[in-house]
Amino acid sequence: MARYLLRRLAFLGVSLALASVVLFVLLRMLPGDPANALTAVGASPEQIAAARHSIGSDRPLPEQFTHWLGQLASGDLGTSFVSSLPVGPEVVARLDVTVPLTLAAFVLAVLVAVPAGFTAAYRRHTWYGALLSGVSQLGIAIPVFWLGMILIAVFALNAGWLPSGGFPQDGWGDPAEAFRALVLPVVTIALVMSASLIRYVRSATLDVLGSDYLRTARAHGSSFGSAMWRHGLRNASVPVISVLGIELASTLLGAVVVESVYALPGLGSLLATGIAQHDYPVIQGVLFVSTLAVLVIGFLADLVQRFIDPRLRGRLSGGAR
Amino acid sequence: MTGTDLLTPAQLPPKRRSRRSATLAVGCVLAGLIALLALVSVLWLPYDAEDTSGGRLDGPGGGHLLGTDKLGRDLLTQVMTGSRIAVEAGLGSVTIAAAIGITLGVLAAFAQGWLDDTLSAFLDILIAFPTLLLAMLIVAARSATLGSAVLAIGLAQSAVVARLVRILVKRVLAQDYITAARTSGTSWPRTVLSHVLPNIWPTLVVNLALQFGLAVLAEAGLSYLGLGAPPPNASWGRMLQEAQATFTTAPAGALAPGILLVLLVIGVNLVADGLRDTLDPATRRRRS
Repeated sequence: MARYLLRRLAFLGVSLALASVVLFVLLRMLPGDPANALTAVGASPEQIAAARHSIGSDRPLPEQFTHWLGQLASGDLGTSFVSSLPVGPEVVARLDVTVPLTLAAFVLAVLVAVPAGFTAAYRRHTWYGALLSGVSQLGIAIPVFWLGMILIAVFALNAGWLPSGGFPQDGWGDPAEAFRALVLPVVTIALVMSASLIRYVRSATLDVLGSDYLRTARAHGSSFGSAMWRHGLRNASVPVISVLGIELASTLLGAVVVESVYALPGLGSLLATGIAQHDYPVIQGVLFVSTLAVLVIGFLADLVQRFIDPRLRGRLSGGAR
Repeated sequence: MTGTDLLTPAQLPPKRRSRRSATLAVGCVLAGLIALLALVSVLWLPYDAEDTSGGRLDGPGGGHLLGTDKLGRDLLTQVMTGSRIAVEAGLGSVTIAAAIGITLGVLAAFAQGWLDDTLSAFLDILIAFPTLLLAMLIVAARSATLGSAVLAIGLAQSAVVARLVRILVKRVLAQDYITAARTSGTSWPRTVLSHVLPNIWPTLVVNLALQFGLAVLAEAGLSYLGLGAPPPNASWGRMLQEAQATFTTAPAGALAPGILLVLLVIGVNLVADGLRDTLDPATRRRRS
């Protein structure tokens, strides 16, 4: 196990290095000079050159890259071109909104999707089993922002139970207010996420229900419940966990649209502003932090899968293969 | 085993087939209706796209079947134009995703050792990034047009297609008939064209249909964020964004585009499900 952990950690490090190179090159390939973000329209060539020099975009690419890596190594994500504030603390402040939003939505989605997906498979010939499949079919077709709009119209504007958007200025200073601000966004993400999760749980359950080992266990006298608990759960959870990892990672960043619907100051909206203003250090910083999160989540998902399924222990990465 | 047990398998197929084609038929009808709407919008629209002669935020009726928006433009006209944009976005993105994804996937499947590892790690990282974010980056670098949005979504999706194709091709390459084709002197390009691609086609088509739905959703999301087709092209996403403030006072504008969007995506997903059950013998046995 220790040897595997080392190898897997090395893989994580290599992936992160690879991702940072790709990130850096991709951003530099984008047309549009970052100096434009600093200078007014109609700036003289000298002013533009001075702006380029001040942010270092006139230096050769390899030098810029090593400079950035050096900063990263000391935990510095750089300074925003536009606000001249350090990017690191800004990202951390945004995580106060995005992390609770993502985790709460994720937990809620799992709590809904696992029993619903199991029922949709186990009771697929009943009306409510079919209804669950139908609802999940509907759920994956609904644009997340439209669902958000509908929930705002119903629960905020008509019923007046919850705020229609925004986040308290002092963040979590008043936990009750902050919590109320996140209820609708969490429900919006959780509903859309559970719709696709239900399908995966359903199909994993169907695989188990039709499997030979379950029939064997039943033939040996296990009750359905204990056969499912001992054999079914373990087998069905491997593909589901792999999907869960991907869903969690993509929600972390994919919250950008929901954050826009509910006017939340999260990581996604920071990235959206950064992109609109060609603010490279912000874009780079947000994408680097989220890539790190994506890779760490993948790492954890692999560990859990290996723990559950001994057959995966010969392989480096379980993944969604 | 009793006689009735032996009879059952023979009796089951007709019933299964009818359920399969029901999914496919419902999907085709839904997606077909939107496609028809899009086709009609090319030839005829009830009003000019920039005709603001209607009253502001009128309800349905009085010469405007769905009512008007806040500038007095006919909603039906906009919704119809939106259907054209949605279909174009879906088709365009999927074409790009298929062209790049299949090429990359086939090449990756032939790669060995560290090159293979690097390529698949690269694809994994690319896939972990939400399509929408990759698309936002590309759209921000170019300008906010339908073309940029389609290109961006197509590129983001090509990673998903490439990974799928790589796995499928690897599986096919391990088969005996490939060895047979190679030993009988067939060249690699020819083997890929006449033996590999036809065998991965069923799974691929189903996935491309799903990608179509995802592309339509992604384009709507980009337009909602103001990164899609610019005015006066009424994309469903932008219509919804504009109607958000008046959801309670004039619900038609905030409901009609959303409902059509959902119908199109459900339709395409049902077509994909129906196709999978029809084309893929493995799921046919397992699922029913």
